[in-house]
Amino acid sequence: MSRTLLSLEHVTMQFGGVVAVNDLSMHVDEGEIVALIGPNGAGKTTAFNCITGVYEPTNGRISFEDKAIISNHPSGRMKRTYGGVEPELFASEKVLSPTPDEITRLGIARTFQNIRLFRSMDVFDNVLTAMHLRSRANVFSSVLRLSHREEKAMRDETEKLLKEQGLWKHRGDKATSLPYGYQRRLEIARALATKPRLLLLDEPAAGMNPQETLELAAFIREIKEKYSLTVLMIEHHMDLVMGISDRVYVLDFGSLIAEGTPEEIQGNQRVIDAYLGVSEDV
Amino acid sequence: MDRERRNHLIRLFAAIAIVYGLVAVLEFTLRPTSIVFTVLRKGAIYSLVAVSMNLLNGFTGLFSLGQAGFMLLGAYTYAILTMPTSVKESERVYKYYDALVRFDTGVVVGLIAAGLVAALFAFLIGLPVLRLKSDYLAIATLGFAEIIRAVCQWDVLGPITNGANLLREFKDLSRITLPFSDIPFPPTLFVFIVVGICILLIVLLINSTYGRAFKAIRDDETAAEAMGINLFRHKELSFVISSFFAGVSGALLAMFQYTVQAQQFRTVLTYEILLIVVIGGIGSISGSCIASFLYIALSEWWLRGLDMGTFLGIHAPDLFRSGFRRLVFSVIIMVIVLFFSRGIMGDKELSFERMRSWVSGRIRRKEGAR
Amino acid sequence: MADFFHQNLSYFLSGISVGGQYALIAIGYTMVYGILRLINFAHGDVFMCAGLMMVYLSSSLPFTISIPLVLILTVAIGFVIERVAYKPLRSAPRMSVMISAIGVSYLLQNAALYFTGGLAKVYPEIPVLSRSIVIWDATTRVVTLVTPFLTIILVVLLSMLIKHTKVGMAMCAVSRDFETSQLMGIRINRVISMTFMLGSLLAAVASLLYFTNYASVTPTSGSMPGLKAFVAAVFGGIGSIPGAVIGAFIIGICENIIKGGASIFGIPGSGWTTFSDAFTFAFLIVVLIVKPTGLFGEKSVDKV
Repeated sequence: MSRTLLSLEHVTMQFGGVVAVNDLSMHVDEGEIVALIGPNGAGKTTAFNCITGVYEPTNGRISFEDKAIISNHPSGRMKRTYGGVEPELFASEKVLSPTPDEITRLGIARTFQNIRLFRSMDVFDNVLTAMHLRSRANVFSSVLRLSHREEKAMRDETEKLLKEQGLWKHRGDKATSLPYGYQRRLEIARALATKPRLLLLDEPAAGMNPQETLELAAFIREIKEKYSLTVLMIEHHMDLVMGISDRVYVLDFGSLIAEGTPEEIQGNQRVIDAYLGVSEDV
Repeated sequence: MDRERRNHLIRLFAAIAIVYGLVAVLEFTLRPTSIVFTVLRKGAIYSLVAVSMNLLNGFTGLFSLGQAGFMLLGAYTYAILTMPTSVKESERVYKYYDALVRFDTGVVVGLIAAGLVAALFAFLIGLPVLRLKSDYLAIATLGFAEIIRAVCQWDVLGPITNGANLLREFKDLSRITLPFSDIPFPPTLFVFIVVGICILLIVLLINSTYGRAFKAIRDDETAAEAMGINLFRHKELSFVISSFFAGVSGALLAMFQYTVQAQQFRTVLTYEILLIVVIGGIGSISGSCIASFLYIALSEWWLRGLDMGTFLGIHAPDLFRSGFRRLVFSVIIMVIVLFFSRGIMGDKELSFERMRSWVSGRIRRKEGAR
Repeated sequence: MADFFHQNLSYFLSGISVGGQYALIAIGYTMVYGILRLINFAHGDVFMCAGLMMVYLSSSLPFTISIPLVLILTVAIGFVIERVAYKPLRSAPRMSVMISAIGVSYLLQNAALYFTGGLAKVYPEIPVLSRSIVIWDATTRVVTLVTPFLTIILVVLLSMLIKHTKVGMAMCAVSRDFETSQLMGIRINRVISMTFMLGSLLAAVASLLYFTNYASVTPTSGSMPGLKAFVAAVFGGIGSIPGAVIGAFIIGICENIIKGGASIFGIPGSGWTTFSDAFTFAFLIVVLIVKPTGLFGEKSVDKV
């Protein structure tokens, strides 16, 4: 039994009157590939944003490696709605709200649904920049080049990573001039440069054809083994989800409607309804 | 690859050495009152402040409009620190107040202190302001520059700042000497050396791991944060460093002008510097430098006739009267902003390879035309 | 309390009056920001231009002609600025548009500098407005009393325009969602032009009132009122017209109390006059830290 790496307990995210994520509890164990699926607008990306600290959840607790990274007591109207659910979980009023960069430092890296590369930089610098978080040089030694050894090490590591990802021949190209598939790959390489333990992929196969999707599946499995990662991904391509994930969570209108192995999910009536819609007159 | 880089560096340093040599030669051959020196000195000073602004606006993507305020802090710090104690105790400068600062320092200490004071204020101002979004940041920094100017002119601080009155008789450009001697130092060369060192430091910063983090923030804040870059800390760092050099350039401006008054550090000064940065190309250090010299040469020298009644041999005192030069200037600037928004250099740097390919491209085009 | 009020009555009065004038300028800022997300740095200079045009026009024309003419010309300036300096940059990054706005501001100031020769121009005395009157021992001008009422009337008219006319509703729609309203067939350029013209019109009215009080116009006399009006707009919650008006009145009153008010912290009132300008910015910064969305602003969530 491997241990739990990431767990969400009763996470709720509310924007004004809209509840984007509603009482979501889930966990990701070490070494797993877990998929988070659901129709458009189901709250998948919002859940990602809560995990990575972009949003502070209105309520709930998120922990990574058994340490709470966010623990919100229900506030205001949420208190009335959720006060009854296991109140002892939220005994402390304390809100830790780490910024996204702190969460990345903990070992959670992510990619974005709409690729966000550093536009003005070339491929090499995109990856090199992601190593900045582990640089121990201060500004003075960095400016006066007293830390050139560290810089050299970072450059070597970038070279290694780019070679492994098959991006080395593109190192001098502007990141945004790469073909789409390579941009996705570069974004993953950049995330890997932060040395994560958990990798969050937001629709990695978006815009890919079946052949590319197949390659991507192999690629995800490969990096998972190579860098001993745990992967949580949002995905629409069912081939990919069913092919590589160990477990699947299904969200609809912000709430969790099913979880289980790919086989279980495929046969789940609620999931089928959520995707196809229930006809009222039956 | 490494060899190529080394050659590149050697050529770069050779070019810089030639520029400094030329400045030294001019210094010993031309009349010291020549307009060339005004252009060179002021151009160099503006280069420094333009580059420091570029570090913020061009490389970190922070639209800050506080440059004039930090220049003022630098100028005042320098003037107050380097004014000889005997002058402070006499009533020549501090007519209405008893000077509070009763010691004086050397030029180098004064310059560094000027930068440090500006940096310290930038640090404090940055704490609240840098959490704001782009355009609010612009207004808030503009506001802080105004507050600094108001505070400097405040009666209560008179014993330090001399209120709204002039500060003068500090160690200006005519009073610098070689260290530990009375031999005067060539003033233009002095400005060039200080500015050169500062810009070199900024260039090194931009090409360091911190510089890459700044550029990442400029390109995409969300992605930068997701890569573990602490937005606030890096913005603050960029802001403080930029202000340090703005402070140094303010001190140099004070040395160049022989007098300082808070009144001159208005918002218009910041606007001018911003427009220089735009003309040179946002995100290009060499562009900022070229634009500064061009701007100063045009306004102080080449277009002077527009204010004096005669320009290019045309004598029209009714049209070419005081202020026409600036009007023409602002029209040129609007044309650049609207139609050549990449400026002279875009976000590229000047290099021999680029110049060579540009020249050869020109020649080829000409031949093709034939 | 009543005593304090009585002693400082003239400051209160001029505060309310200046506040009204700031409010009229602030509306121009807030409407433009609401639609284009642009701080129109040139707006204060448009206001200054209106003042200068009045100086020149009234020297040869009677007020009955020169005042409407000033209003029309200012509206034309606002329209031209938008068409020439902002419209070509519609799809450019926000920073470029802001730089363009700064360029226009620089241009207008330098043009004014050229035409006036850098001298302060004496503002004409508009017959009714500049007459002095005495209220409760405080001497002031008619304009001081007229301003707040005129401001409120204009604001009411403006909100009616926005609520009940097609153009007004289009403005609302555009400020909500630029792209979608474009797709819905709203002619975005017309709406934007209209916004600039309305803003300029109000700035022209403000200039009539403001310069009657201050009696002279210089090329830079637009920048400070402009910035203060912008602060008022931020304080009220940018995009919100009532917010801008309330913010403007608060700033106007506070600033005048500081200018002439009794001693604060043991430093006599005159010692603080330097800060009447700085106050506005200190206030802005406090507002931005405590409540960045302003009094009536809406919170926006960034999409990732």
